Amino acid sequence: MLYGASYGLLLCIISIGLVVTMGLMRVVNLAHGAFAAIGGYLAMGLLTPLGVPFGAAIAIAVLAVALFSIAVERVLYVHLYDASELDQVLLTVGINFIVVAGLTLAFGPNVLPTRLPPSLATSVDLGFRSFETYRLIVLAVGIVVVGALWLAIERTSLGAQLRAAVDNRSMAQSIGIDVPRLFSIVFAVGSALAALGGALGAPLLPLEPLYPFKYLVLVLVIVALSGFGNVKATVFVAMFVGIVDTAARYFLPDSGAFTIYVLLIVLIVWRPEGLLSRRGVT
Amino acid sequence: MIGAGSPFLERHRLRPIEAAWWLVALAFFFVFPEYLAVATSVLVMALFALSLDLLLGFAGVVSLGHAVSYGIGAYVCALINLAGWHEALTGALLGGAASGLFALAVGPLILRLTGLPFIMVTLGIGAIVYEAANKAVWLTGGDNGLPGVTLAPLFGVFRWSVFGQTGYLYVLGWLLVLFYLCRRIVASPFGMALQGVRENPQRMRLLGAPVLRHLVTGYAMASAMAGIAGALSAQTNAFVGLEVLSLNTSIDGLVMLVLGGVGRLYGGLVGAPLYMFVQHFAQQWNPYYWMFLIGGLLIVIVRLSRGGLLGLVDDLLRRVRRGEGT
Amino acid sequence: MSVPALEATGLQKSFGALKVTDDVALRLEAGSRTALIGPNGAGKTTLVGLLSGTIRPDAGQISLHGRDVTRDALAFRVKQGLVRTFQVSSLFTKLTVLENIFLAISENAGASHDLWRPAGRRRNLIERAEGILERLHLIDTRHRRVSEIPYGEQRLLEIAIALALEPKVLLLDEPAAGIPTDEVGVLLDAVASLPPDIAILMIEHDMHVVRRFATEVYVLVHGRVLTVGPPAEVMTSPEVRAVYLGSSGQSRFAGEAHGA
Repeated sequence: MLYGASYGLLLCIISIGLVVTMGLMRVVNLAHGAFAAIGGYLAMGLLTPLGVPFGAAIAIAVLAVALFSIAVERVLYVHLYDASELDQVLLTVGINFIVVAGLTLAFGPNVLPTRLPPSLATSVDLGFRSFETYRLIVLAVGIVVVGALWLAIERTSLGAQLRAAVDNRSMAQSIGIDVPRLFSIVFAVGSALAALGGALGAPLLPLEPLYPFKYLVLVLVIVALSGFGNVKATVFVAMFVGIVDTAARYFLPDSGAFTIYVLLIVLIVWRPEGLLSRRGVT
Repeated sequence: MIGAGSPFLERHRLRPIEAAWWLVALAFFFVFPEYLAVATSVLVMALFALSLDLLLGFAGVVSLGHAVSYGIGAYVCALINLAGWHEALTGALLGGAASGLFALAVGPLILRLTGLPFIMVTLGIGAIVYEAANKAVWLTGGDNGLPGVTLAPLFGVFRWSVFGQTGYLYVLGWLLVLFYLCRRIVASPFGMALQGVRENPQRMRLLGAPVLRHLVTGYAMASAMAGIAGALSAQTNAFVGLEVLSLNTSIDGLVMLVLGGVGRLYGGLVGAPLYMFVQHFAQQWNPYYWMFLIGGLLIVIVRLSRGGLLGLVDDLLRRVRRGEGT
Repeated sequence: MSVPALEATGLQKSFGALKVTDDVALRLEAGSRTALIGPNGAGKTTLVGLLSGTIRPDAGQISLHGRDVTRDALAFRVKQGLVRTFQVSSLFTKLTVLENIFLAISENAGASHDLWRPAGRRRNLIERAEGILERLHLIDTRHRRVSEIPYGEQRLLEIAIALALEPKVLLLDEPAAGIPTDEVGVLLDAVASLPPDIAILMIEHDMHVVRRFATEVYVLVHGRVLTVGPPAEVMTSPEVRAVYLGSSGQSRFAGEAHGA
């Protein structure tokens, strides 16, 4: 159960960025996983060969990805906001290709072995079962991040602007909200979150150059089921996916892998606007 | 002349320049006999890309799961063959039929969706089918695939040589026939209606058009064609592996089509060789450089408009004509 | 009295908290020429949307020639003869005029099942298309793209397409909107020349047009039907005048009263 929860929260972190991005900017960003991968690789690259302390490595990686993503957003994504779905798919797939190629060039085509610093590679006995400390840390960080994010969105003015812009972009613009700047900020945050997920999750979700493509389906599933821009739903959906997937693999080793996919198809066909959204106007 | 001046109503007219592609393809057979095996796979991918063009370029359906149709055709054809039926033409047709049936079953459900939800469902279906094939080792051979596809001589006369001569002409023949079929479909009233659905589905409904039915028909045809391509792959490689069902293959097809130009029928036929060419030569340089190139090309194409190679040619021609003073 | 061409009862539609259509009843006999007027925001276009099937009602019933079509899909209603046009042109802009109308004729004739014969060789369909274009004086621009023809002609094309679908009930949403006054005549002639057995409902703001065209007028205000009656009666009704606040509204009626 805990495995599922930590897995779920991890997915959640990665996915939230995408939920907001898609909700706000209406861009099909298939390259979101690429930012996660870059974050993961950077963090590991800082950690092992250079011996940078764990927390710092992750923080640096996240920051670097955030800055990088702003550049990418200004140069490439800005053109996608009014483009067709196909164009969005193609451009982001193109970015994926480039990132995968780059990562392979830099780190080789195999899975990157990640070794946790000794202080974290222990287990904690919670009375009824012992769990890896790391998973508990992931859980903790996940809860903190999600909580902070929720607070930011619900309580701050930036959050209010974001919610307004998601609801009705042109309206928001006409009351003076600087939408392009908002986009850049949101995109950076979204990518940073992805990087956090990638870096934090490296021991749980192994890093390999094909990372962006591998988890693509799962992340998109979560985003689709949450409805775009609906952050609260993402938390639930991601947790749900994480737990169901882990449980299915555990209890039904043969068919576990595709339980989640079957569920996805059923759910999407049944409720294309997302699970928890209200039925809109035709 | 009836309809002269309205492009859609002119679609059925053959233009002399079209012969160029086919002549080059035929010439290749004589000029580069040592590359026929590779060229045959290029032709198979061209057919796959063509089927995707019908779906994407003409029906406007953005699918990231077209490899499923391809893979079903491949596996069905291989299984029939391994069960004892070695005739080539019918084997391919049966593969296509299987894919067509799949589309008829799934289409009515998923084609109600559009945009992102639809893309996701196609991804999801692709993932499920892949996993299912992976697990069903008794049927698909799992990771090892299905080797040993052998074919009886074509028309009872032409033996399948190791050098791939029969294979190349066989696939080229299929491509020609299916291309012609596509051409007719696209120029027919149904084809026009399908393109109308692509442009403005709600407007088509307001004309009384059975939009879902049109989409399902288009999807079924594209799927059947992809299935035949898959079957041809199985036949000419004498092997089928899980690759045929992968997201990779779906994306490959999409990229090839976009490189050549969407919605032009010849897009896939031009894009496939281009893609394989880039892949082949860039790979000699460094195994991963080609991904850089393709990624870069995609970005460039999107930024400059999606006409692809053929679009570029069209633009140039238009500029030349304008330069000559109209 | 025979079965009405179109009948609606108890139609309700709300968007969130806003009630846009409030218990509306409507009846069109075959051959009727009915105008639907009302101030902006009264819900006229929504009503047409409900009748045609683009919008689903929250409550109420719609029947076409006695047959209940409330649950029926848009395309189905069109096939039954219920056709509408749009206030803002909704045409296939990248296609030519001829191609636009060809699509309509093709669907109407059931030709869209034809996978094999080239569209360009279907003489009978093309001739039918050109026939309609001729009637609406669009024949000369038939090979031009819709995006390149003047707006007035686009509106005419909308009507042409509606005609191509062989309607029994025609719902026109401000057909003359946006057309320069000197070209309105052509459009009105086209409407006047429509087959007499079709029932036509027209949303209009221009009272001249209403007077010329309608034998019956529905006045819609805040989603409710205020009154129904012949044009002269409705336009001199003090109730209706009160509704059209502002000088522009009053002068519209003032112009009528002085026999403009």
